Amino acid sequence: MKLKAFAISALAVSVLFAARPVKLLNVSYDPTRELYQEINIAFAKQWKVKTGVDVQISQSHGGSGKQARSVIDGLQADVVTLALAYDIDVLSEKANLVPKNWQSRLPDNSTPYTSTIVFLVRKGNPKHIKDWEDLIQPGTSVITPNPKTSGGARWSYLAAWGYALKKNHGDEKQAQEFVRRLYKNVPVLDSGARGSTTTFVQRGIGDVLLSWENEAYLALNQLGKDKFEIVTPSISILAEPPVSIVDKVTAKHGTTEVAKAYLQFLYSEEGQEIGAKNYYRPHSPQALAKYASQFPKVTLFTIDEVFGGWQKTQKKYFDDGGVFDKIYTPGI
Amino acid sequence: MSTQVSLRSFTRQSILPGFWPAFSYTVLYLSLIVLIPLSAVFLKSATSGWAHFWKSIQSPSVMAAYRLSFGASLAAGSLSVAVGFLIAWVLVRYHFPGKALADALVDLPFALPTAVAGIALTSLYTENGWLGRYLIPIGVKVAFTPLGVTIALTFTGLPFVIRSVQPVLADLEPELEEAASSLGASRWQIFGRVIFPLVRPALLTGFALAFARALGEYGSVIFIAGNLPLKTEIVPLLIVTKLEQYDYAGATALAVVMLVTSFLLLLGINVLQRRSRQFAERA
Repeated sequence: MKLKAFAISALAVSVLFAARPVKLLNVSYDPTRELYQEINIAFAKQWKVKTGVDVQISQSHGGSGKQARSVIDGLQADVVTLALAYDIDVLSEKANLVPKNWQSRLPDNSTPYTSTIVFLVRKGNPKHIKDWEDLIQPGTSVITPNPKTSGGARWSYLAAWGYALKKNHGDEKQAQEFVRRLYKNVPVLDSGARGSTTTFVQRGIGDVLLSWENEAYLALNQLGKDKFEIVTPSISILAEPPVSIVDKVTAKHGTTEVAKAYLQFLYSEEGQEIGAKNYYRPHSPQALAKYASQFPKVTLFTIDEVFGGWQKTQKKYFDDGGVFDKIYTPGI
Repeated sequence: MSTQVSLRSFTRQSILPGFWPAFSYTVLYLSLIVLIPLSAVFLKSATSGWAHFWKSIQSPSVMAAYRLSFGASLAAGSLSVAVGFLIAWVLVRYHFPGKALADALVDLPFALPTAVAGIALTSLYTENGWLGRYLIPIGVKVAFTPLGVTIALTFTGLPFVIRSVQPVLADLEPELEEAASSLGASRWQIFGRVIFPLVRPALLTGFALAFARALGEYGSVIFIAGNLPLKTEIVPLLIVTKLEQYDYAGATALAVVMLVTSFLLLLGINVLQRRSRQFAERA
């Protein structure tokens, strides 16, 4: 009798589980909300056709560093899609959630799409901002988040530094002076990219916003082309927001296979096109060609070329006591 | 022997039954909700050694943040006391249309998510804001300055002072003032010698509450402060920043200094308050 009851309940449980859709949690950074909403729908459709299983994907967004910390603290992310490689490095370093070589597991340094830093200015560009040089003019007010907490702000900081380095033939001192003068023009440091966009767009503070390219387009489309313009500088940084499955978590949830497929989907033609549509620069030549008009030509340098990778960069510039702290210290 | 005596005096104090259940519950509750989390903070800060602790708390930006946090909180506490006393006085002593409404408005800062208050204050005081557009031309900058921080903290602290002072003012017997008056005291003397000493303990309570709240306040300040290193960064922001850089020990080090300093300050205020109350009771 008891055995029978047990068998029935076991059967019921297994049926329940079989009917249940697979669940994935994608922990991402601030401006990817719209991108992944679209990706998730497209991937779920494809996965259903391929395997007959429903997949439900939840998204979580916030400052990249904060998101990584939540994952370390136990947020059950099956995949992470963050703003910069350092934030996934720490998942391996601090909590051993991903293997050390995570970035070599997928093509293009595990970055299915790239982006860059552009300027968003007010309509008519009243301060005539054309390039990085115009940002350090006295009386120009620049909005950018705090690079210690925001991934996008770190890319902006490095883009400015890279520009100054190139202009001054690699003279670090002059680059630091350039960046110091730039941050002197920053009246408010928000903690994340969305916060800065709100400060610039809704509170009307500042003449120029240093922004992710996709975030700038988003602001333009949502808030009116009659209010803002995008200015692409002569040179900027190739921002590479990477993705990875979180091995420890997917192993526990039994979602490794679907999580891998989800990330692979980002590299597929369909995924690349959705990326391009959402203003992320795709690797696929077809997708790039189709959306060429929204990606103006700009000389892009990579963090590996100019700064020697994220580990080094983080330590030198953004850790406590680093260069970013120094540019605020009077007398240096 | 001595323990026996002290144990007895420990239990015999009250004529009401239920001392042990009540006392045990108090200890359990305090431990779970207050002591264990707080001791975790201390333990965590100790994990990376004294050198890291010291380095974390004495960098220039951290020192500047301590100055701002304590300075602005003290200023906001004092401002709350001055303004809060006035408002409580008006609410208790005068009758005017809309008084019930004004009284209800006082509690609003308690209920409002502080981020909402911060955003509202910021939009009010920036260049295009309703107040900012008149203040900035005459050289008064509020948004993104320590002054803005103080104003945001006063906003959250004010109800504490009003709500502590109000019942005490309402309980003051008019006979006291009448007696003083019939004995020939002037209005200022009545206020200074009769009313103020009686209200002082409540004012101190209000100040301590407003000050403590201001020290820990994050949401409302973050928007109006501007968060510029060495100028307008508050300690809670630096703690969050350190957490986001995975420097857990450093973050808790800042918290420990904050906790210890606040505790000493609040203890001082409590002692002052007790003296003041004894004085009031004697009078």
